[in-house]
Amino acid sequence: MRMRNLLPRRVPWRAVLAVCIAAAAAAGAPAQEKSAGAEAFGSDWQSWKAGTSVVDLPSVQRGARDFLGYCNGCHSLKFVRYARIGTDLKIPPNLLQQDLVPSTRKPTDYITSPMPPADAVSWFGKQPPDLSLIAQERGINYLYQYLTTFYVDPSRPTGANNLALATTAMPDVLSDLEGLKRAVFKNVEIDGTQQTAFDHFETLAPGAMTREQYEGFVRDIVNFLDYVGEPEQAHRRALGVWVVLFLLVFTWLTWLLKREYWKDVH
Amino acid sequence: MSVVEKPPAGAPPQKTGGLRAWFYKRLPIEEFISSQLTGYYAPKNFNFWYFFGFLSLFVLALQLATGIFLTMFYKPGEATAFDSVAFIMREVDYGWLIRYLHSTGASAFFIVVYLHMFRALLYGSYKRPRELLWLIGMLVYFALMAEAFLGYVLPWGNMSYWAAQVIVNIFGTIPGIGPGLVEWIRGDYGIADATLNRFFALHVVAVPLALLLLVVLHLVALRQTGSNNPDGIEIKEKLGPDGKPLDGIPFHPYYTVKDTVGLGVFLVLFAIVVFFVPTFGGYFLEPANFEPANPFSTPPEITPSWYLTPYYAILRGIPNQRLGALVLVLALVAYLLLPWLDRSPVKSMRYKGWISRLFFALFIVSFLGLVYVGLHPVEPFYVLMGRICTALYFAYFVLMPWYTRIDPVRPVPERLRFHAHA
Amino acid sequence: MADSGVIADEEFVVDESRRKLLVAATAATGAVGIAFAAAPFISSWLPSERAQALGLPTQFDLSKLEPGQMAVTVWRKQPIYIVHRTPEMVASLTNHDALLKDPGSKDSEQPAYAANVARSRTPAYLVLIGTCTHLGCLPKAHFEPRDPAIGSYWPGGWLCPCHGSRFDLAGRVFEGSPASVNLRVPPYSFPDARKLIIGVDQA
Repeated sequence: MRMRNLLPRRVPWRAVLAVCIAAAAAAGAPAQEKSAGAEAFGSDWQSWKAGTSVVDLPSVQRGARDFLGYCNGCHSLKFVRYARIGTDLKIPPNLLQQDLVPSTRKPTDYITSPMPPADAVSWFGKQPPDLSLIAQERGINYLYQYLTTFYVDPSRPTGANNLALATTAMPDVLSDLEGLKRAVFKNVEIDGTQQTAFDHFETLAPGAMTREQYEGFVRDIVNFLDYVGEPEQAHRRALGVWVVLFLLVFTWLTWLLKREYWKDVH
Repeated sequence: MSVVEKPPAGAPPQKTGGLRAWFYKRLPIEEFISSQLTGYYAPKNFNFWYFFGFLSLFVLALQLATGIFLTMFYKPGEATAFDSVAFIMREVDYGWLIRYLHSTGASAFFIVVYLHMFRALLYGSYKRPRELLWLIGMLVYFALMAEAFLGYVLPWGNMSYWAAQVIVNIFGTIPGIGPGLVEWIRGDYGIADATLNRFFALHVVAVPLALLLLVVLHLVALRQTGSNNPDGIEIKEKLGPDGKPLDGIPFHPYYTVKDTVGLGVFLVLFAIVVFFVPTFGGYFLEPANFEPANPFSTPPEITPSWYLTPYYAILRGIPNQRLGALVLVLALVAYLLLPWLDRSPVKSMRYKGWISRLFFALFIVSFLGLVYVGLHPVEPFYVLMGRICTALYFAYFVLMPWYTRIDPVRPVPERLRFHAHA
Repeated sequence: MADSGVIADEEFVVDESRRKLLVAATAATGAVGIAFAAAPFISSWLPSERAQALGLPTQFDLSKLEPGQMAVTVWRKQPIYIVHRTPEMVASLTNHDALLKDPGSKDSEQPAYAANVARSRTPAYLVLIGTCTHLGCLPKAHFEPRDPAIGSYWPGGWLCPCHGSRFDLAGRVFEGSPASVNLRVPPYSFPDARKLIIGVDQA
């Protein structure tokens, strides 16, 4: 049995290979880092990216700890069990029980929030939303921008406002860590009318963390929320590699078979 | 030497194994194989555009299988639907995979069906004697759109709710019975639990049964007339001394084998989406649907899924709601009239003249344009583009009786054009 | 002979063995693919994470259970019978082996520590899965010996209302019952003298 061409001749294989390599390089390229400016910063906030990866386990672990510490007071994760975080993030059961699971709950319980819904409505105007799917709904870049663009605004009931979600009902709960900043607006002309647009931030008071530390803190939390949105995503991608490879082999075999039989047809 | 395995004349008939013979005697399996597979002669010049019928059948089977398994875990009902989908995604073993197969399968179904319909338009497969085949196919398409719409409501996300609201309200434009009809469809004064439950029953049982029936009829109609081909020539008109078409080859093994290659390529692309980009940038699974249904909060843009957007774009382009609904219906009815609108003496675009080709190209461009417009908000640019595309879309149909007659066609060859390929 | 679109060229010889090999290779790969594709669907039927979470071990407080009393609790959606046996009840277990189908519990299902006459870790407490081993009904307790409704041989135990299976005070099945094995014993342990935990073997 002679070994003739084992691949279809008319497909430009070198070009296909070049495209695959380019795509892999683009996908693997690290996200652009936001450059922290001097005192005036943030004019480019809409291009800030989370730059996170759910396979960065230490980051997601820190995010779990920080979320449960800083966010869970108001926000529930009602589709997520503590025990599941333990297995997925490789947190030993005793550490999980000791540090992350409240004493009144079991590890297999869903992560609820102690915030009473009725009180939340009277304090904030609405119940803090459950965040199980927020990363799927809004995207990680939005979440990153949301947590890094709070600014002081005396006209708001909470004293704070946000660029990513204007008139947000959420107070600036992380100001202890981030510090306080104010937004400076400028006049611009759009379509012949005068409007105000955001220009830059100015730091009013420092927080417990430096800007860089705070950004890392936010990244961890966003990374955790990304994982929470779809806990299976790492497994999905890993499995996908094998599936696609298998299917490529299978398709190649079917093509050989087809070519063999179609020799009959003239 | 013939390749089709026929025993030499005069040889004793082959003995089929005992168990197989038992079945053959009691079911028309042998007749089926010889009439539909080894004895069904299909044109030998099928090209790339001929994969999509089989792929449609495959995706239908996939949707049925994944749909059945989803139904095992999904709980219809206002209070439980959204949470049950989260349960499937997180707590059922491989539930996430079954769900992604089903959601990607829905979009894949339409991609494959649109390419399949494109083939029919390209090669005139709707023309005599295949008019009924085309009509049944259009009914399959309509049923498919209904099935997709109903299925989209089931996760009870915010987009599910509002899409149901908008689409059901379109029925309110029917003069006289409109408002009553809308309430009858909903089963309540707004989109509610009653609506969700009946949509569930329709999506899981009623429409799949109708789809299966229509697909079977579609295949039977196809086998009755035989397949068309890229040259638009009827192969049955040129028979060889053995009574088989000269330009035909047995469906089995040649097209069974070729279809598996098409299946393989399709599965590779399908798997890449399912495993690496299941939301497909928000086009296959919309971000707004990751939020539970909220009657008090409309998403910033309500758009149907991409496969329904062309008709949505047509609807939105007409400033009058009632007229818009009517034009939408006409856009679908136009397909049904196609076999009689096309007055060209030739079937296939290969032999049609530049006028037919121009209108056809404009139709394809306008269809894609309408998909694009439907996905974007109602802003002046998109509205204008939508109206232009609607005009071109209808021009293809409305002017067809005229331009297909004045069109300078090319001579159609006697025999199929075929090049042996790798 | 112009034979359809398939060639009839004498020079071309079909390599049957190559075709058979390719068909076999493709079919085998396809079969492997189908098996792998079926696996997620089949495994989706396994108890979900929710079922596993709800199927956690059940705790029971023994301090309130009087001697001679039976309590019913739930573990993994099954009824669990807990009996605080009196010394008389335990003594009655040895005198009717001939009437039992499986007195040594050789065919029945229980953890190793319950493969004894009393079918328990300690004779004082009996823990059983309260599901008749015939077709699954809940056997009813008839602890009174020589119960006139049942017979003079009756040492006390359970009678299943559905089809009449009878079990003694260790859950062992009597001859003449439709059930063929003794009532099942779940894994359990005593974390301390007052507590029983069902579903966990080690204390």
